Amino acid sequence: MIPEIGQFALIMALIVSALGAVLPLIGTFRKDDQMVAMAPPLALTQCLFAAVAFFALMTAYLQSDFSVLNVVQNSHSDKPLLYKIAGVWGNHEGSLLLWVLVLSLFGSAIALSRVIDAEFKARVLSVQAFIALGFFAFSFITSNPFIRVNPVPLDGNGLNPVLQDPGLAFHPPFLYLGYVGFSVAFAFAVAGLIQGKVDGRWARYMYPWVLTAWSLLTIGIALGSWWAYYELGWGGFWFWDPVENVSVLPWLAGTALLHSVKVVEKRGALKHWTVLLSILAFGMSLTGTFLVRSGLTSSVHSFANDPERGLFILAFLILAVGGSLLLYGIRASRFELGKPFHPISREGGLVLNNFLLFIATFIVFLGTLYPMFLDGLTGQKISVGPPYYEATAIPIAFIIMLSMVVGPLMPWTLRSRLGRIFRYLVPAAVVAVLAYIGNWFLAPNHTFVGTLGLALAAWVGLGTLLYAWRVFRLQDATGVLARLKRIPRASYGLILAHGGVAVVTIGVTMSGAWQSDFEGKMNVGDSVDVGAYSFHLDTVDENAQGTNYEARRATFTVTKGGDLVKVMNPETRFYTAPPTQTTEAAIRTGPLGDLYAVIGEPAPGGGYAVRLYYKPLVSWIWGGAIIMALGGAIALAGRRRLPVIAQAPARTEAQPAGAAE
Amino acid sequence: MSMRTKIYLILPVLVFALLAVFFYKGLSLNPEELPSPLIGQQAPQFDLVPPKGADAGFKTADLHKGKVSLVNAFASWCVPCHAEHPLLMELQRETDIPIYGINVKDKPEDAERFLTQNGNPYNGVGADLDGRVSIDWGVYKYPETYIVDGNGKVLYRIIGQITRKTIEDIILPMAEKYNGQAAQS
Repeated sequence: MIPEIGQFALIMALIVSALGAVLPLIGTFRKDDQMVAMAPPLALTQCLFAAVAFFALMTAYLQSDFSVLNVVQNSHSDKPLLYKIAGVWGNHEGSLLLWVLVLSLFGSAIALSRVIDAEFKARVLSVQAFIALGFFAFSFITSNPFIRVNPVPLDGNGLNPVLQDPGLAFHPPFLYLGYVGFSVAFAFAVAGLIQGKVDGRWARYMYPWVLTAWSLLTIGIALGSWWAYYELGWGGFWFWDPVENVSVLPWLAGTALLHSVKVVEKRGALKHWTVLLSILAFGMSLTGTFLVRSGLTSSVHSFANDPERGLFILAFLILAVGGSLLLYGIRASRFELGKPFHPISREGGLVLNNFLLFIATFIVFLGTLYPMFLDGLTGQKISVGPPYYEATAIPIAFIIMLSMVVGPLMPWTLRSRLGRIFRYLVPAAVVAVLAYIGNWFLAPNHTFVGTLGLALAAWVGLGTLLYAWRVFRLQDATGVLARLKRIPRASYGLILAHGGVAVVTIGVTMSGAWQSDFEGKMNVGDSVDVGAYSFHLDTVDENAQGTNYEARRATFTVTKGGDLVKVMNPETRFYTAPPTQTTEAAIRTGPLGDLYAVIGEPAPGGGYAVRLYYKPLVSWIWGGAIIMALGGAIALAGRRRLPVIAQAPARTEAQPAGAAE
Repeated sequence: MSMRTKIYLILPVLVFALLAVFFYKGLSLNPEELPSPLIGQQAPQFDLVPPKGADAGFKTADLHKGKVSLVNAFASWCVPCHAEHPLLMELQRETDIPIYGINVKDKPEDAERFLTQNGNPYNGVGADLDGRVSIDWGVYKYPETYIVDGNGKVLYRIIGQITRKTIEDIILPMAEKYNGQAAQS
């Protein structure tokens, strides 16, 4: 019965989204207030049905209803509760349902917004409903999660054990919140093109949505990387896997968008570019979906691939992105010109930022798709590995880091006191050089790239702190607290987001340059020193029992200077449903460093292959990402109290140097 | 608005159109359905030294020992290869099918780490430092596994990870069939 309710809700959502895509938009052309006013209730209704469909599927999972094909293929009655829930989005059909639910939630949030005027809201919601229509149809036609099976099997096939992990339970929802969040920016861009006008107010409306999507996507990517770090048992945190890459593409485009929207808001300039970036950011989200679901790229994330599904998403991609770009070609000539600005100014810095981020997006895009392009053109088969990205993406990232200290210190529009910024840049540069020299001579495994990265992290970190010093005028102790309150939240956001980049980079470079490791054979009873830590292999239990698996479980006692630090239990797990073997690294995470232990195969002649690491500051990688996302959240929290302005006023002068938004 | 600016505005959609054509071609290309040009042909000529961490190298002559064998192209930087590896270990433990590895564009220390951590299921591994041999084989995605008969003729190509299903449905029946034929003749 419940799957039928889900099926019904899916059809209703499809119909409501079709109405929502058409009626309000017609209303805006006919100046029919009633039709315009239908947009918010339609968006809310669509969201309600999407939620019913989603929770119907979740109920089927919780009840282990094996009359539903999707549950049979991806669940098992022995599976722990968390993974029964997470199993809903651990597969193609269910994850699509989560995708449309998230999309509908964003639509509802716009529908309930009090600042956006009714007509513009109707246009935005129509575009949103159009996107939802595409995905509801996709779900219903090619990937229906509610299909029954007959006869009902006794038990299900189980969820891929690599996915039975708390990190992965939350990775897709955040990622989708980010991906889909950019659909709002896309809808704003298309609505702006339809009305033929993009101005400061448009940018002001859009900015919080871009911030939201960007923050959530940042967390989503960090969760994915964290999962790879501890689940794949390889100690790495980024593999340049095509599916990892496609999650970074909208992030890079979205980061550019986050900066360019400010220029539209402040100056009314960069309108064309910002509209195109909005389309690009969401287009990259759709392209990512297309690549993952069509099987065009090979990856650990491979879903059940199906050419029909690939064709459907491609058709939708062409309709949405092609259609909006065509609209841009026709309508963008109506945009009014923005205020001119000097290239050496905050605006100029933001243009440079956008240029660099666009190149970064292009590089990763090219690396991910180059094998396909080459195959299409010449039939030659190649693959692109990490060396390509190390040679191209990392230099660009370095240049971005170099510029991200200078940019915030620049005043909006050029003024004569530009030389002042060197007061801040010089100390940051000195510290960066010291960090470079220190790491080069002291770090046990330094590389040129790693050392340069660390120096740049120091440059960004100190540069951002000095920026904070200037914004808060900390040298003047009187009234600091009052100033801390008065400074726009966006400034806090900037400081945290840029500071987060420094923290991530410190984590990446330090964990590599200062890592201690042991890789080799150990017998039970052996001790090995890794850095300041001593690992003693107490026992290896070949037949340890887990909830739904058997395991080879090692017990390491880790001591430092004779004191017990931690007893660690890495495992190699053998699952029966489906039959799979996974490596479970034992990790002790700490703010100063992680201990990481992996038990491998029995070695010929006795003993086991083990890998033991001490990775200093590695958790800063994910901590930094959380700081970045927090910066986004704080900037967002500050927005609400600002009054809605009718038009972006021409604030060409009288901007205090520090009051940057 | 002059004609010129309008052409400029239409540029993004043209770039996208080109991309869409590639995507469409990519879909119909679906390399998993295209047999390798090598199928039914002799395996390419090569002689690779082992990477660090392995004892035996891999050369064309290894495929002429009268038994059906597997050739697996892998790399430490390929995440699906990590996921696939336990199955290769299992194949090595539980069957007598020889497995050979082509370790593609790996740093020596990475290859060594990969083989010590995950185990070495290969009767021989070749370090294909510049990727030339894997190009000769026509490796498209990593990992990729070829089934080769006892006289060095390529029988089948598996693109992407091998799974329990491909082992049971393809690898084991093929090994049985061609080893049996060789025994009869």
